[in-house]
Amino acid sequence: MPIHTEPMTINVGPQHPSTHGVFRLRVTFDGEEILEVEPVFGYLHRGTEKLAEERTYVQIVTLTDRLDYVSSMINNQGYCLAVEKLLGVEPPLRAKWLRTMVAELQRIASHLMGIGFFLQDLGTLGTPLMYGFRTREKILDLFEMLCGARITLTYMRPGGVFSDTPPDFWPALENFMQELPTEIGEIEQLVMENEIVLVRTKGVSPLSPEMAINCSVSGPVLRASGIAWDWRKMEPYDAYEWVDFDVPVGANGDNYDRFWVRMQEIHQSARIIHQCMEHIEPGPVRLDLPLVFRPEPGAEAYGRVEASKGELAFYMLSDGGVSPYRCKIRSPSLINLTVTEHLLVGWKLADMIVTLGSLDINMGEVDR
Amino acid sequence: MSPDNVLYGTPVYRFVYELVGTVLPCWISYVAAGLVIMFILVNAVLMGAAVFVFAERRLIGRFHNRIGPNRWGPFGTFQPFADVLKLIFKEDITPAAADKIVFLAAPIVMLAPAILMLAVVPFAKNTALADLNVGILYILAVTSLSSVAILMAGWSSNNRYAMFGAARGVAVLISYEVPVVLCLLGVVMVAGSMSLADVVEAQAVPFLLVQPLALFVFLAGVSAELNRTPFDVAEAESELVAGYHTEYSGVKFALIQAAEFGGVVTASMVVVTLFLGGWAGPLADYLGWFWFLLKVGAVAFIFIWVRATYPRLRIDQLMAFAWKFLLPLSIINLFATSLEVFFLRDSQGVLATNDLWIMTGINLALGAGCIALFGSMIREKIKPVTWQPAAGTASLTVGEVT
Repeated sequence: MPIHTEPMTINVGPQHPSTHGVFRLRVTFDGEEILEVEPVFGYLHRGTEKLAEERTYVQIVTLTDRLDYVSSMINNQGYCLAVEKLLGVEPPLRAKWLRTMVAELQRIASHLMGIGFFLQDLGTLGTPLMYGFRTREKILDLFEMLCGARITLTYMRPGGVFSDTPPDFWPALENFMQELPTEIGEIEQLVMENEIVLVRTKGVSPLSPEMAINCSVSGPVLRASGIAWDWRKMEPYDAYEWVDFDVPVGANGDNYDRFWVRMQEIHQSARIIHQCMEHIEPGPVRLDLPLVFRPEPGAEAYGRVEASKGELAFYMLSDGGVSPYRCKIRSPSLINLTVTEHLLVGWKLADMIVTLGSLDINMGEVDR
Repeated sequence: MSPDNVLYGTPVYRFVYELVGTVLPCWISYVAAGLVIMFILVNAVLMGAAVFVFAERRLIGRFHNRIGPNRWGPFGTFQPFADVLKLIFKEDITPAAADKIVFLAAPIVMLAPAILMLAVVPFAKNTALADLNVGILYILAVTSLSSVAILMAGWSSNNRYAMFGAARGVAVLISYEVPVVLCLLGVVMVAGSMSLADVVEAQAVPFLLVQPLALFVFLAGVSAELNRTPFDVAEAESELVAGYHTEYSGVKFALIQAAEFGGVVTASMVVVTLFLGGWAGPLADYLGWFWFLLKVGAVAFIFIWVRATYPRLRIDQLMAFAWKFLLPLSIINLFATSLEVFFLRDSQGVLATNDLWIMTGINLALGAGCIALFGSMIREKIKPVTWQPAAGTASLTVGEVT
């Protein structure tokens, strides 16, 4: 006797343990299999771009913190680069090194969270996540020494950084960099060769290089698909032209490769930080810019950085006033989300959650 | 009442029955003795669940590099009671569209198997509440009740996540029941009895060594039936919010949690009884309960350890694991054990200790070989064919497509 079945539509989110914020997916299932996916976002919209039009250039730095709130340093960096281009100024050398160094520290923190939540979505009871948080906590302590804040940092300013490092920062950083390989090694030992992690992630939801390019994906998601595309190499900003590092590239673009690329990038970031610690020299950390300035009317600039989630870019247009006429943010998470339908249809519910985790989105950035 | 009921052999039952019977009518003493037994059973499960919850939360805290709950009582030992009190005072919400009677009954039905199972487990020599001669069959029978309870909870909640969880849960429970039953047959054959006390007595060599494959299958199957990682698809938190108990709150949720954690404790007790020699140990006549609880703690620790370490399998992989891996293993174990018993037993059908050691040698080698062989085969089956090894970290020309 044939059993009558019909597809079932479920709203996954906005209140769901694994939607990484307030993301909603309207999914139609045939049993466990996914037939249709429709991502719905906008639950965290705070009008950052519009708010930026009402603030002075220095005040906007605080808005960028709230974009991808687990990698505020890199957001600051992208915005400051755009404003510096708008003004046609260059920050001092020490500021460049400092920015590079803290951006890489932030990248480690962000990737650790990305990996931790990815493994949480795989069903581990938070053990790798907590391992990651242990290391991230130390990075946040370092940031606290630098600027007094831990999450929303506002450390960078157009024309440099907020202030020079306190004297006890360098020994603390030295200490942290010594502990880092052990702590990362523990996570790798726990999960990289775990049979269940391998069967759950290898070959699941592959993203072809063509599809990745067509969807304009960037960051670890793009590199996992086999394309070496990294703005730190291609258009070096701050001190990246003077440091030596590799770009980890996956081969299959599946969930495991996305996870693997992030894991390797942590090692590369550590390499960059070591070089920054070696090369940094005393000097001024900030240009003597006024607190409120007016760029040329009609001046426009596009500043981009390789953020932890992909290409983060700020397009600034000035009308000669104290605040920008337009501040457009290209957020990597939003654009990486455009591949969700291609990745998810045909896979199972459990894979859907893991794939979303492997994209490592941040809703603060998706709904600017 | 006639002394022919199964509990009459139990010293506690007889003691209460005769004590009350000296002053009150027979039927009252019958009820009183029954109530005492029930009281012991229910509280043993609930206290066991409380101790286990405390141990699990503290240990998982340590696994996470955290401290874990340490505020209530010495070392946080009162934490489970604080949890239960909190849940009792929480609002007990029943969804408007729920099937109210089934929704209410599900947590109770869920708690029943854990309590019923405990009745036949011997804590020490002559200390089982009811030494049934079909003890193992009884355990298998009452544990199947939990799949009904999961289906009741999921279906009556009228919630799609709950329905998803219930469908998964029932599928898993039914699939894992088969290898578990088959692997227990090996134990029954070696022991020559289904009574748990007899199984313990028969373990001159612990069945951990005599039946390694059966232990492996049983532990995997029991983790799946208890919804513990890596088999917790029925309540997969990151996927299904809470699975079949998504809609439960308040005291009903507390009951479901008690059933779940109490289930782990009773399952550990069954594992200890069947495979680790139960109360056996030095001075077993006096310290049997101590050895028993120590072994239960060790098995429960393994459950906690696994839960803190492993990710979850997908439902199809879980099914493949049951049908393509555990089922062949349990059939091989059944076949090998029956041959061994057939050739080694003496004319009375009894196995000597020497025979058990011979079986240990054969079965350990067989177990290791089978797990290695089937492990590599299942790996090939689960692994998708399209996967290639990842490219290295080599510094590629930027923009190049590998």
